[in-house]
Amino acid sequence: MNLDKKICDDLVANDVSFVTTVPCKQLAGVIEEVDQRDEIFHIPSNKEDEGMGLCAGAFMGGRRSAIIMQNTAIGVTINTLATLTQYYRMPLPMIISYRGELREPVACQVEMAVHTKALLNQMNIPTYHFHWQKDIEEFDNILKYTFMCNKPVAILTDANFWGGYGDQ
Amino acid sequence: MIRSEILKEIAPIIRDHLVVCNIGLPSQELHMIDDQPTNFYMLGTMGLSSSIGFGLALAQDKPVISIDGDGSVLTNLGTLPTIANNATGNYTLLIIDNGSYGSTGDQPTYAGRKTSLTAVATACGCENVVEVQDKDLGPVLQAAIDSDQMTIIVCKCDSGNIKLPVITMDPVVIKHRFMQAVAS
Ligand SMILES: Cc1ncc(C[n+]2csc(CCOP(=O)(O)OP(=O)(O)O)c2C)c(N)n1
Ligand SMILES: [Mg+2]
Repeated sequence: MNLDKKICDDLVANDVSFVTTVPCKQLAGVIEEVDQRDEIFHIPSNKEDEGMGLCAGAFMGGRRSAIIMQNTAIGVTINTLATLTQYYRMPLPMIISYRGELREPVACQVEMAVHTKALLNQMNIPTYHFHWQKDIEEFDNILKYTFMCNKPVAILTDANFWGGYGDQ
Repeated sequence: MIRSEILKEIAPIIRDHLVVCNIGLPSQELHMIDDQPTNFYMLGTMGLSSSIGFGLALAQDKPVISIDGDGSVLTNLGTLPTIANNATGNYTLLIIDNGSYGSTGDQPTYAGRKTSLTAVATACGCENVVEVQDKDLGPVLQAAIDSDQMTIIVCKCDSGNIKLPVITMDPVVIKHRFMQAVAS
């Protein structure tokens, strides 16, 4: 299955037409796919809290938005999630590469990985962890759930889900 | 002029447009001077007024004005390249540059010292950057709204604050009536 294509298909099917991204190696393919889709306006941001501001504005402008980022960005965006996205009750699917999990080659990534779920839990952010390729089947339901409840929702996608790092 | 005097002066110019207003005293002042459903008041999240306004401008066609502060732009400097590289004609960024973190007691910012936000915005690729003195802002802002080119206005003014109450309106109410105004 082409995960990048499936993620974009589900975004489009759920009327998501505004996507901001900050790259991660694991997300390179999906970011490229987002960029190529005519139905999606792709705006790279320089920092993830900035991206969440763009998404909040787009949402109030009548467009469903989403952010694609690395889990390290949870450390960057707590204030924005609490005082903007959650305080004003706005939906925000967060497609997150879950670095520092099984099959991770870079040791430093583990340092934020061990805090990721605890922080999301502390923030009462509904969190889904994709470990197997088949977990993508849930994505469409997660998007519907996000726009039903008007909350930020985290989808953590680990290295195993993306098929590992090859020879690295 | 101080920020509250500037807001009083431009209130008639912006009252019929979508406005995203910076956290703290700027929002409290605008709320007191001319509360409108077309105003989105930030109650937190220092730095994101420009980003929220820009996302809104990209998502729909009506003119949008972000009222921002020098300190807040400095904390989210990454916003300027994003705005420059995705320019949209219905967007105006008004930076009220009083050279201080006004809401927290007028501690000086670097914008009031060696750093020129006008030069920073230009270096980031913004094409229409206008630096203006407080008393001259009105016509410049009106022209920016009327023009179909995106404009960044850096309005130099004095630091100083007036005493006024906090905004007690619920954030969801602020959002709801703003979204209705956007859609109407
Ligand atoms: C992350 C964060 N740090 C600090 C603050 C405190 N704070 C609120 S408003 C503000 C000053 C903003 O200054 P500026 O953008 O220049 O606006 P002014 O009040 O001067 O118009 C500060 C430091 C905050 N709200 N959030
Ligand atoms: Mg200031």
